[in-house]
Amino acid sequence: MTDLYQSQRAMRQMRRQAMQRGVIAILDVGSSKIACLILRFDGTARLSEDNSIGSLAGQSGFRVVGAATTRSRGVQFGEITAMQETERAIRTALQAAQKMAEIRVDHVIACFSGANPRSYGLDATVELEGQVVTESEIARVLAACEVPEYGTGREVLHAQPVNFALDNRSGLIDPRGQLGHNLAVDMHMLTVDAAAIQHLVHCIKRCDLELAGIASSGYVSGISALVEDEQELGAACIDMGGGSTSISIFMKKHMIYADCVRMGGDHITGDISMGLGVPMANAERIKTFCGGVHATGADDRDMIDIGGDTGDWEHDRRTVSRAELIGIMRPRVEEILEEVRLRLDAAGFDHLPSQQIVLTGGSSQIMGLDGLASRILGQQVRLGRPLRVHGLPQSATGPGFAGAVGLALFAAHPQDEWWDFEVPVDRYPARSLRRAVKWFRDNW
Amino acid sequence: MQPVGGVTRPHPHARAHARPDPAPSRLKYRMQRWLLTPGIRLGLRVGVPFCLCFALGSAFMADPQRRDALTLFMSDLRASIQERPEFMVGLMAIDGAGRNLSEDIREAVALDFPVSSFDLDLEQIRQRIIELDPVETAAVRIRPGGILQVDVTERQPAVVWRSRSGLSMLDETGAHVDNLVSRTARPELPLIAGQGADRAVAEALRLIGAARPLADRLRGLVRVGERRWDVVLDRGQRILLPPDKPVRALERVLALNEVRDLLERDVTVVDMRLRARPTVRMTGAAVEDWWKIRRINGYGQ
Repeated sequence: MTDLYQSQRAMRQMRRQAMQRGVIAILDVGSSKIACLILRFDGTARLSEDNSIGSLAGQSGFRVVGAATTRSRGVQFGEITAMQETERAIRTALQAAQKMAEIRVDHVIACFSGANPRSYGLDATVELEGQVVTESEIARVLAACEVPEYGTGREVLHAQPVNFALDNRSGLIDPRGQLGHNLAVDMHMLTVDAAAIQHLVHCIKRCDLELAGIASSGYVSGISALVEDEQELGAACIDMGGGSTSISIFMKKHMIYADCVRMGGDHITGDISMGLGVPMANAERIKTFCGGVHATGADDRDMIDIGGDTGDWEHDRRTVSRAELIGIMRPRVEEILEEVRLRLDAAGFDHLPSQQIVLTGGSSQIMGLDGLASRILGQQVRLGRPLRVHGLPQSATGPGFAGAVGLALFAAHPQDEWWDFEVPVDRYPARSLRRAVKWFRDNW
Repeated sequence: MQPVGGVTRPHPHARAHARPDPAPSRLKYRMQRWLLTPGIRLGLRVGVPFCLCFALGSAFMADPQRRDALTLFMSDLRASIQERPEFMVGLMAIDGAGRNLSEDIREAVALDFPVSSFDLDLEQIRQRIIELDPVETAAVRIRPGGILQVDVTERQPAVVWRSRSGLSMLDETGAHVDNLVSRTARPELPLIAGQGADRAVAEALRLIGAARPLADRLRGLVRVGERRWDVVLDRGQRILLPPDKPVRALERVLALNEVRDLLERDVTVVDMRLRARPTVRMTGAAVEDWWKIRRINGYGQ
């Protein structure tokens, strides 16, 4: 646990340095595209004079000065499978963004979606030493959490205190300074495969960049795609990406569950490619321009050129009706949504007071998806787009950029995590003693 | 049959569709990042052009011949601008000075008209004019139309000073105005004499003003020992005045004269140097007479 503290704290330190320098890069490593935003921080976000939240929800502390996307290579299911290719893709995106921003960035915050995220709920109760809850008491109760056996080869990505309870009062966001006897905490911990993180770290290091933070893609797209009351009342954000579909459930402005379905838009494209016998590029084009999930009578007469480049005139001028295309796409979309439904049921989403579901991500742009999703997931489904942030180019405001924009918000306003609190002193008695001796020797 | 290790031509279609890899090479990527570093950017934007200009300039200037040519060109250019008719000054107009003084000023300024107004140092010209004795103030400016306008106020002579070097006229501040050939040339000016008299002209003028009742008898004032004045009247009479408050002393003498006709009598010197003890020196004949009268009256010892 201590080296988890150390690596995460090193990243926090890096992030603080980047904030001081005022420039940080956001890297969304997806399966179908790699998006890079460059943020410039110019002062802390201020509320307006009447203390109300302004039109940008207090997010005016930074602006996007550079944005670039590139086709992702070497990433499957949100995990890096070919490091060289991914590194080249990251380099392409970063170079273009740097060129647009005309600034050099050294710090990057990255997010990725795959790597089998698994959620754990931790809790702990301690008796307060004094009457008042202090920062060190919070650290103590956090340290008292029983860490489950999440297995070797796994790494903790997020560990956020979600809820504090003081004696019989629960639902406290910030108990510091309050009086009581027993302090309890509920914590949400998200673990992912360590190898995926290692690969990402390696790729970023090969691009001469310092990693200032890693986030789960489901979490950050939830931050940007869910509006404030949805985050407060409880909602699920489903980020349908290229290679994987991330699920995150928010409640009281905290993520309480995250999961991932290893299917996404690329699989739909693959189905079209296989079903029609066309290259992936053609299948992608057909999917984006003509795709849909609800067939009507007119779609039988709507013929689509599917093309091809074999050189065989007959073969390259085949057509299919739109109904056929929908017939290929719909089962796969249904399969993804059914899988999401299963995961949500497993998480106990139907016990939450609010059943709001927000679909975002590039694949959520399939025509008629909201109708299909409301039949599978429940009535309260809407399509979400990321929050507007300063300086974001129009081309990067679509639902496919929910992760990148959310990561920008996350960079500007990170949530308190486990490692942001000091480790209680009794955790390292030997080291502190050694430190005291060293201080004594240095000063006397 | 293909040669072993020979290059296989790619399929034409494949080549047409293979898009070039957009990824920059590592070197290119590093290069771009290096060029985006703020220090390097500044260096490239400011430092390199500066160094380049400096190097080119030094290379050009290294040859003395080119340097001379450049200075010649610059001076030619300068002269061609300065000698435009708009900037030329053709003549000098002097206001407020008599003919003699005007000629003196022209002589002192000694300009060769026409001259460019860039070459005129007006302040220097003004200094040179002010240095002339008869000039009290002077203003020099260039009037439109190429005229050097000199406005002069002449000094007005107030007294004639007779010194060892001759007669000269002084104004009320004691400044030298002009030499005088003979006293009769300016009979209306009062006369002062003695060493250091020019430094006390103001006091002398006050004394002369106070001595107006004696104006027809006043010959002049003499500065004695550079500290006090003698008033010299005709018939060899003198009034010796103290160094401080001489006007008061003179007024006392005048009052005495009014009442007792002091100066009408046979007196050579009225000595007012000791304020508490005014003294009168009589002529020898008057003393003889006085003794005789005393003897007759039987007042003597």
